[in-house]
Amino acid sequence: MPILSYREAIRTTLIEEMDRDPTVILLGEEIGLYQGTFRMTADLLERYGPRRVIDTPTSEIGFVGAAIGMAMLGLRPVVEMMTWNFSLVAFDQIVNNAAKIRYFSGGQVDIPLIIRGPNGAGVQLSAQHSQSFEALYAHIPGLHVVAPATPAEAKGLLRTAIRGSDPVIFLEHAALYGSKGEVPDGEFAVPFGAADVVRSGRDVTIVAYSRMLGTALEAAAHLAGEGIEAEVINLRTLRPLDRSTIVESVGRTHRAVVVQEQWRPFGAAAEIVATITEGAFDALDAPIERVTGADVPMPYARNLELMALSNAGDIMRAVARTLYREIPTPNGRSSGGQSDA
Amino acid sequence: MADLQSALSWYRRMVLVRRFEEETERAFRRGKIGGYLHVYSGQEAVAAGFISAMRGDDICFTSYRDHAIALLRGSPPGAVMAELYGKAAGLARGKGGSMHLFDVGRGFYGGYGIVGGHIPLALGAAYALRYQGSDRVCLCFLGDGAMNTGAFHESLNMAGLWGQTGHCPLVLIVENNGYAMGTSVARSSAVTDLASRFTAYAIPSERVDGMDFQTVRLAAERAVADARASGRPTAVEAVTYRFAGHGAADVVQPYRSKEEVEQARRRDPIRLLEGHLRAAGLLDDAAAEAIREEAEQAVLAAVRHSEDSPPPSPEALHADVYGKEA
Repeated sequence: MPILSYREAIRTTLIEEMDRDPTVILLGEEIGLYQGTFRMTADLLERYGPRRVIDTPTSEIGFVGAAIGMAMLGLRPVVEMMTWNFSLVAFDQIVNNAAKIRYFSGGQVDIPLIIRGPNGAGVQLSAQHSQSFEALYAHIPGLHVVAPATPAEAKGLLRTAIRGSDPVIFLEHAALYGSKGEVPDGEFAVPFGAADVVRSGRDVTIVAYSRMLGTALEAAAHLAGEGIEAEVINLRTLRPLDRSTIVESVGRTHRAVVVQEQWRPFGAAAEIVATITEGAFDALDAPIERVTGADVPMPYARNLELMALSNAGDIMRAVARTLYREIPTPNGRSSGGQSDA
Repeated sequence: MADLQSALSWYRRMVLVRRFEEETERAFRRGKIGGYLHVYSGQEAVAAGFISAMRGDDICFTSYRDHAIALLRGSPPGAVMAELYGKAAGLARGKGGSMHLFDVGRGFYGGYGIVGGHIPLALGAAYALRYQGSDRVCLCFLGDGAMNTGAFHESLNMAGLWGQTGHCPLVLIVENNGYAMGTSVARSSAVTDLASRFTAYAIPSERVDGMDFQTVRLAAERAVADARASGRPTAVEAVTYRFAGHGAADVVQPYRSKEEVEQARRRDPIRLLEGHLRAAGLLDDAAAEAIREEAEQAVLAAVRHSEDSPPPSPEALHADVYGKEA
């Protein structure tokens, strides 16, 4: 299998799907002449021309809404949201139109629309450019919410998204764009709603997605050195959520730590914790722990920003609490990233 | 005039729309129709004029004041009324209601409840039609209030841009009925010549008397032909008047005087067209009475159909949230 970066995996999939299906078109800010803010669409304007690679003005309402209209007429638009922070401008289009038109029309139209772009914190981008909106979108019926953690998933989930018939919120993570991994060739696709048990273990279940999967795996490797075998679940999609894989795992490990980058209150982890209590309450040997970002707008100063983000040490300490034991952690004292204390 | 000859059939449909809306107001007061109800009375010449200029395979979008669009596009009155009644036989299977009529088979891509929110959809739909290589045209009805939304301005700018390469066969119809809910145009728009606002986006526009069917129709035919031939957007401001309140609950109407409404009613679009038809010898008392009776029977049949139809099945609750499995 070829080794590709997360970025290359997405770009390659866009090319494969555009070659295969002329109804797939791209819209977004700076995706053409500029080559994409993160170079995701490099050379695609040259390759497919301005009818299929549409540079839009700074008009999120306009181009997201237009993409919905295109999808209603049978095209498969893939919108690049330069970052998900800007999606709030188009929130009405996404929530009131994309998610609902199929339903309130009585099923008369498909909305095969993908909106993709980076979600989450970067490096010192401060409050307006460092947000994680997965819970916001996963709350809305009619949307799929996807958050790939690896290059292979990025490819497989994007292919499923483009060939589907409903709007997909495709949450990438800029911190992962350069990360590399094996990516299957050809028609490889990853179904929605199928979590991946990335690492098996008997002592505790760690649930993560997107960038926090890597942090969870780092914690799991350290924990193994302490004789603690963590099972790590990568959700891959938040809506649909693979509840049975989570519940089944906790049924075996009896302990759970749920990790997310976003703010703690009403976040994705809260839904996952509720899922565990609903499905595996009797199996639990300890309260479920959440490891989340700090409940503050993202600060600019690097030391404060690092405190606002969770790290492997935070996850290890949370695991230790579920096991009622003390373990040495690499990050010393707890960071500002919140975990249940 | 061959022109007026065909106007007779649109007169017939306008009479049906008016009678239909009277009945929806009655059904609303009787509690048969729930939610919000926005009737079209007074504006019939606008929708009729533009829909008369549409080809069978053209498409349209509109706001929540959408009953007339469906009826004039040919949706069965029984299915429209059943939707308002929340019945399974409704145009949208009882899932949308008054604000979300849809009849994709007839090129009607929906009524939308967020002011201005449907304009970018129409923009994208117009692009898709041209992208697919057809010469179909997309019509977008919007109210004067929608011109003050961000969605309007973003869409219009993009329409102007896409039109430069002939990729935007979009006809924008501003139904200027004087009020955005209770706020008059003078109190909500810095310029009251609304057609002039399109010049900012290099979109040709004209302002017409929206109460006169023939005038609207001629403007519509020009706009539709232009959009079809050039792939560029074009706009028409049709100056009309909303005889009823904003919604069925808007009874007191402290924002306008009774005299103003009565003044407007003197230029009732249906009576204006009737006058033209009578003057041309195309309509007499007996024919007019027959048309009214035909509308009466169609509306009563629609009500009976809606009363007798079952509500959606419980299984419908979870249907059509998503399409086929991803």
